[in-house]
Amino acid sequence: MLALAARGLNKSFSGVHVLHDVDFSLRPGTIHTIVGENGAGKSTLIKSLTGVYQAETGSIELAGAEVRFNHPSQAQDAGVSTVYQEVNLVPLLSVARNIFLGREPRNRLGLIDLRALNRRAAEVVRDLGIDVDVTAELGVLGLGVQQMIALARAVTTEARVVIMDEPTSSLERREVEVLFSVARRLRDQGVGIVFISHRLDELWELCDEVTILRDGRVVHTGPMHELDRRSLISAMLGRDIAEHGVTSFTESDSSETAAEVVLEAKDLSAPGRLHSVDVTVREGEIVGLAGLLGSGRSEIVKAIYGGLETSSGQITVEGRTVRRGSVPAALRAGIALLSEDRKAEGIVPELSVRDNIILGILPRVSNAGVLSNRRIDELVEQWIRRLGIKVSSSTQLLSELSGGNQQKMLIARWLCTEPSAFLLDEPTRGIDVGAKQEVQALIDELAEKGMAVVLISSETEELVAGSDTILVLRDGEISEVLTDDQVDNARLLSALVDGGQR
Amino acid sequence: MTTASTAEAAPAGAGTRTRVEKLARLTQRNGALVILLGLILVSSFAFPSFASVGNLSQIALQAAFLAPLALGLTFVIFTGGIDLSVGSVFALGGVLAAWASQYGFLTAVLVPLIVCTLIGLVQGAIVAFTSIPSFIVTLAGLLFARGLLLALTEEGSETYKVPADAAFLELSRGSFLGLGFPVWIVIVLFAVGVLVLHRTSYGSTLLAIGGQPDAARLMGLPVLRSTLIVFAVSGTMAGSAGALTASYTASGVTTLGVGLELTAIAAVVLGGTLLTGGAGTVVGSLVGVVLLQVVANLINRMGLTNSNWQAVVNGAVLLVVAVAQVLLSRVQAKERARRRGGEADAPEPG
Repeated sequence: MLALAARGLNKSFSGVHVLHDVDFSLRPGTIHTIVGENGAGKSTLIKSLTGVYQAETGSIELAGAEVRFNHPSQAQDAGVSTVYQEVNLVPLLSVARNIFLGREPRNRLGLIDLRALNRRAAEVVRDLGIDVDVTAELGVLGLGVQQMIALARAVTTEARVVIMDEPTSSLERREVEVLFSVARRLRDQGVGIVFISHRLDELWELCDEVTILRDGRVVHTGPMHELDRRSLISAMLGRDIAEHGVTSFTESDSSETAAEVVLEAKDLSAPGRLHSVDVTVREGEIVGLAGLLGSGRSEIVKAIYGGLETSSGQITVEGRTVRRGSVPAALRAGIALLSEDRKAEGIVPELSVRDNIILGILPRVSNAGVLSNRRIDELVEQWIRRLGIKVSSSTQLLSELSGGNQQKMLIARWLCTEPSAFLLDEPTRGIDVGAKQEVQALIDELAEKGMAVVLISSETEELVAGSDTILVLRDGEISEVLTDDQVDNARLLSALVDGGQR
Repeated sequence: MTTASTAEAAPAGAGTRTRVEKLARLTQRNGALVILLGLILVSSFAFPSFASVGNLSQIALQAAFLAPLALGLTFVIFTGGIDLSVGSVFALGGVLAAWASQYGFLTAVLVPLIVCTLIGLVQGAIVAFTSIPSFIVTLAGLLFARGLLLALTEEGSETYKVPADAAFLELSRGSFLGLGFPVWIVIVLFAVGVLVLHRTSYGSTLLAIGGQPDAARLMGLPVLRSTLIVFAVSGTMAGSAGALTASYTASGVTTLGVGLELTAIAAVVLGGTLLTGGAGTVVGSLVGVVLLQVVANLINRMGLTNSNWQAVVNGAVLLVVAVAQVLLSRVQAKERARRRGGEADAPEPG
């Protein structure tokens, strides 16, 4: 009997189909990984299995019986425990209190029996091979131990299924190993484990089975050992070119090496995230950053933009040095960053399109602190027209716009600041095909007019079609640089697979 | 209980607090106690009559009227919420107790407790089920309770007197082993509070709600029920403080309690409880209350007869403590990050 089975799950968000007839089977006593790039539907699937979301169609069976979870606590009560990337425990309570929170052993007076609590907690952690004093406050311990305590909690709830959502993303190697040994012990006790990690090497080390998602569909499922690294990544990234291969980047993009260097970052390092990275972008050039999730793509642009603390490095724009770690300094120097997470770091949904566009240039459209409506309207109308933002009027609320139009609005906001270097982190993610091509064409046009562009994308053909140069990243380092005619899909894929392999 | 050295044994090895971190943490948690003891020591030398049994028990008695309020509020703040209604509810409780005292001891005690608990319960229900911020809900509660009080007392002109022979008066005037009954009541209440915090899953649940709301929900803890209860108890505590005060003054003074919620919040924060929720101590709040009373006592001794000076000093003390708390938290966070080697999250681009 399967520990957990999902059949024909479908889920969409505001018209975007995120899961297409997804089947997933977890056998008891196995560790099963779900892999896929950003937007493949991995986290939607997990959330549908744990009651955070409810799939529109399809069924979920737990140990053979059909279940429906409307809330995470229902899933938990039924025996599906989730260990999240961020530890979801209470740091100020002791290890033992966290393990048994809500289910503490009581004495005759109804008070918590601390002695029994600590004894039982000590047994649980010992059984899992975790060496920790259960009376210690959780927050004092390393994140790795905290993750293991979260696992221990899952065990004591008598979970039949444990879902580990990127538990290793902030752990050191040593901590990962102990966590793995705990996970294996759980598996050997017959628990079905779903393990998610963007560190691909870990998958072969730990997992028995793998399910690969791409564009919301299951493209492969089977034993882990039957796949090698190359076929896994190809399945994750590879696309049917005939169907999706159309991008709007023109091919007249060979870089003129004679052009002036606009943006230069040298020896950029951030503890644990970036290791001595060099990026050079010339006038009119599009430099693509490629790498799997967690390779440091977004960290590079954040570091250049001053939003990520760096320990060393030098950033110059048009020859002038930019102070590191300061967003205002980067802005003044003419650097703009279109963030990957437009919901959290970009749009203000309850403001109008107009007000959203001018957020970045308020001082420039005001006279002595008073906003000039005439100047604003001119500017806003101009950008709405130029970028083809589809709105009923400029006073329409941003929340009413489609994802593609929201993205164009954000680009307009940044273009208002007249940047000389534009950093675009996944500019076409989560927007429909039409809008995607328009955004791509726009990026091309900006570069043609002399802007220096850094482009991050999880879609290899978008990078290949758009970029003049591609920097391939792995573990926070540049593992390979593809220039001119080296920029093609096959090269990029093999660079992603083999680059910097240790 | 195992006392083996935890941290060194932890597999990740990252569990040992640095000395700086320990010190910062200790100061943060017990800062008010250190200040209180220091102040008492210095004052005893500066003012020989300060340390007299009479004066100290007087301070204890005065603290006893604010302490229940602070206790109820402490639990609300554990959950990351706030209860602004306690001052008004306190005054309402006093008036109700004075009015009800003509019908006997039990009525005088039960009427304010029941009414004030109900007010708290309704506020808690609204906070729990609508997730309107407790700041707004209890601000409405503040206005409601004050309005109800004024309506019951003809715009505050009617002051109910406690009959001179009422047993209710003994509640605040009697003493045992040299300490007034109110002091004993407070000691019992705080002892229960400590037990609830440390020895019931309700206490952990409150801290979980305040510290990691998502975690509390995902762990399947009874978040709604706990929120409801915590506001109800805050109402009960405010009502009982009001009843005690009515017993002491032998009347239902309608003008009492204006701004008292802020004094209570000050006491709680002084005691080391974080306004953001998730961390704090019950005993700390008691220390905070006593500290405020000692300051008041000293100001009187210094001959600053203008009682507004007390508010000035209280404000200054509170500000110093609040800033110190933030700084100490930062020191700890920094040390922790250093200990774990650049693991702390970098700020997001703004």
